[in-house]
Amino acid sequence: MIDISSFITEVIQVLLLLLAAPLFTGWVKTVKCRMQGRTYAGIFQPYRELRKLFAKEVVLAENASWIFCFTPYLVFGVTVLIGGIIPLISVDLPLADTADVIALAMLFAMVRFFTALAGMDTGTAFGGMGSSREMTIASLAEPALLMAVFTASLAANSTSLAHMVQVMAHGPFMLRPSLAFALLAFIMVFLAETGRVPVDNPATHLELTMIHEAMILEYSGRHLALIEWAGMMKLFIFMSLGIAIFCPWGIAAADDPGGMLIGGLSLAGKLAGAGALLVLIETGLAKMRLFRLTEYLGSAFLLATLGMLSFFILE
Amino acid sequence: MAPFDIAVISVFLIFTPVILVPLAARFRTPYIYLSFTAAAFSSLLAASAGVLAVRRGVNTSAIVAMGLPDLPFHLRLDPLAGFFLCVIGLLAFFVSIYSVGYVKGFAANRSITRFTIFYSLFITGMFLVVLADDAFFFLVAWELMAVSSYFLVMYEDEKAENRRASYLYLVIAHVGAIAILLSFGVMAGQAHGYEGFQGYTFAAMRATTYPPGWATAAFFLSFFGFAAKAGVIPLHVWLPEAHPVAPSNVSALMSGVMLKASIYGIIRITFDFLKVLPWWWGGIVLALGLLSAVLGVLYALMQHDLKRLLAYHSVENIGIILIGVGLAMLFTSFNFPVLAALALIAALYHTLNHAMFKGLLFMGAGAVLHATHERNMEEMGGLIHKMPWTAVFFLVGCVSIAALPPFNGFVSEWLTFQAFLMSPALHRPILSLLIPLGAALLALTGALAAACFVKAFGVTFLGHWRGHNPVHRISEVGWSMRLGMGLAAVACFVLGIFPTIIITWMDIIPQRLVGGRIAATAGRFGWMWLTPYAHERASYSGFNVFIGILAVVFLAYLLLHIGKTAVRRVPAWDCGFAQTTSRMQYNATSFAMPIRRIFGFLFHIREEDEAVPPVRHPAYPERLRYRLRVRDRFWNWLYEPLGEAAFFIARRVGNLQQGRIQVYLIYSFVTIIVLLAFLG
Repeated sequence: MIDISSFITEVIQVLLLLLAAPLFTGWVKTVKCRMQGRTYAGIFQPYRELRKLFAKEVVLAENASWIFCFTPYLVFGVTVLIGGIIPLISVDLPLADTADVIALAMLFAMVRFFTALAGMDTGTAFGGMGSSREMTIASLAEPALLMAVFTASLAANSTSLAHMVQVMAHGPFMLRPSLAFALLAFIMVFLAETGRVPVDNPATHLELTMIHEAMILEYSGRHLALIEWAGMMKLFIFMSLGIAIFCPWGIAAADDPGGMLIGGLSLAGKLAGAGALLVLIETGLAKMRLFRLTEYLGSAFLLATLGMLSFFILE
Repeated sequence: MAPFDIAVISVFLIFTPVILVPLAARFRTPYIYLSFTAAAFSSLLAASAGVLAVRRGVNTSAIVAMGLPDLPFHLRLDPLAGFFLCVIGLLAFFVSIYSVGYVKGFAANRSITRFTIFYSLFITGMFLVVLADDAFFFLVAWELMAVSSYFLVMYEDEKAENRRASYLYLVIAHVGAIAILLSFGVMAGQAHGYEGFQGYTFAAMRATTYPPGWATAAFFLSFFGFAAKAGVIPLHVWLPEAHPVAPSNVSALMSGVMLKASIYGIIRITFDFLKVLPWWWGGIVLALGLLSAVLGVLYALMQHDLKRLLAYHSVENIGIILIGVGLAMLFTSFNFPVLAALALIAALYHTLNHAMFKGLLFMGAGAVLHATHERNMEEMGGLIHKMPWTAVFFLVGCVSIAALPPFNGFVSEWLTFQAFLMSPALHRPILSLLIPLGAALLALTGALAAACFVKAFGVTFLGHWRGHNPVHRISEVGWSMRLGMGLAAVACFVLGIFPTIIITWMDIIPQRLVGGRIAATAGRFGWMWLTPYAHERASYSGFNVFIGILAVVFLAYLLLHIGKTAVRRVPAWDCGFAQTTSRMQYNATSFAMPIRRIFGFLFHIREEDEAVPPVRHPAYPERLRYRLRVRDRFWNWLYEPLGEAAFFIARRVGNLQQGRIQVYLIYSFVTIIVLLAFLG
């Protein structure tokens, strides 16, 4: 079932994910700085930060148990695995059948579950606060996310990501209003899942507003580096997931080095554009109050439902 | 040896503790060892009988010359009964091993014989419920199960709380039993007329075709009865009362497998006897399942009693199982046997999974209770340092119930999602749209369950100890309890990694009941890949997920531990706040606060805070007292009006009672006149 060329594709894809994720984060930060009139450290800054963190010693809270030390590795491991499953540059991956979209969402839930546990492990008030808020937001975001994905999966009649992409990219082109709704919902949920403005601010360390940062407050050294790296990969993966579902044109169909090169280049172009869009959203909006998020995620859910409705009515 | 014989032997063997009773007084510890070993052994036998029965697809029946004249007991072992026998036997095996240690510490100065006898009777009752093949024997077994579990819930009967809970349990169980009895009456009457008793065997009910009206009556009566026992909302109120006060090994059995006896009953009557299902039955079952799932998990989030929290999660999981059953009914009524098989497999698989992880979690809660003498999570914390093994096993249970891959809860929820997404095949736009909305509710349930178990594990096992009792007295539980939990944890893991093997094994059940099977497609690519419908449609490989995560984690760990790996232990940083105390941690109530605010309209919440005197200045109180009471709204909406109505009617009827013989004579006279007038 597994031939060697698709195996090589798999390895290339995972390496690409590991290397390109910090670059993408650097790009987003740079564009953001430019947009907000600040000076910037260049798009390679995340690499330097990771290198610095890996070199530092680990300062561990006295009360921390093995859960606290194990979580960074698990978070990193699951994120890399997800990166090996989703089609980035080619749909022909030996791991692609390991998990469908629902299983991918649950793998991200696994990451969140253990991060939240680690937040509670040190017994500090901020850790618990972050865990509580993160799990609340996640429980509202998850139905909306799955609804958006279900709407998209109706067209391909499949929840297998590789198959969905194949139908979209290589099937006959159709204008689908359901996908427009689903895309809007997906973008809204994307901002919640990756902890961006208006849901959470990745740059804040203000005590009362942080959510994701509050959970990982006690981390340092290589543990923090792994979590930060996994966070960058999560942003990258979610971005590429959106691109793969809603705008997959250019992706390689089978083992075809030329096609893969085109796939990689088109992905880079699309990511650069999407990153700039993300900055626009983040700069244009203010962070929301925690309890306003119910309405925000509720409307995301509603949009996804409308998408499904329009699928059954129009298509 | 035939599976049926093994099952019968196991039923006899489980009575060993009863025979050994004379030993109990003098040899207390050997008696505990002996009786629970016997229970464990016979449960294992029953489980293996179940495995074989499903695997070989046997269909053995027997008539026992017991019972009333002309009404002998019928027994039958078919794949469906075998599957439930396996579920019950497997969990009873784990729990019996666990009980050796638990009962030794738990029943320090109480009579042990009372416990062991009812324990054996309880397990026997559950075995016989699934083996029974006539209405009469089924109800006898059903009552045996209900009454013996009532006495087990009542075991610590010196507390008023326990007596109240077990009474509530008994009332609801019997209201349900009456409904089941009536349903059997309807079916037996349709099968063989209302004159004789010939219709009371399940064989007769199976062979009958029912007119739609009577079928509907039979279905809803039996569904009501089984739902009362399973704890489907709004009949769930006994669950969160009875499970916390029962000894933990009994709660594990009650929640893990006794509730499943009702699922067995629903499946048996719906798919085996009635067979022709209007689609709206399935719709109602699906809607009630969704309601139970969502409300169950939301109520669970509001609890700070560990066992109560788990009890509400049983409501949630019964809901998830019913979602599968409801979908199977829908697909059957529109004549899609393969899709119905998928939904039914999802429901049955979740039944098995829930037995394993809920049993494990209740055993874990029992271990915590055993070590700390505390059920309130607000008084716990940091137990992972004191009870490392229990913490690991409990974590496995949490991850499984939160439906996270690669553990078992995920597989069955994933299958349920797949069944949901097959709804466009129905070609009815309204249903096709409404059913995926149900999938979104299931997603909400899953995510809330994850939040709830972050809370349960985080508050209980992580952080600092919050209690008043000194923490140094707490120690890890004994080997038998650890063994029982460990085996259940391994089962959770194995069921998550090798789902294809299990599905191939139980594929015969939907084949017999709904006429479809999925094993041919589910296992097409070998044991590693689960492709329930078609390869292009969706696939999952728990084994790959596990190996993949393990490989990356291992690699990252190795790479980062080549050079120097300095770790320095310091006090927690906490943004530089010094002198934080353990009371400043987030606790169970504060963790659930955002969710309580968002979904507050579903609960009856009373929240008040007041300054504790002496108050020097009203703007700066030194201490605050905070009170929070969250109540199930169903008490106000349903049970209190019902209770008041019952009292009202009782008072009115009580007026008949005059206490004078003349009045009573007039009553008799009038009755006779009326009877003569109408019947003469």
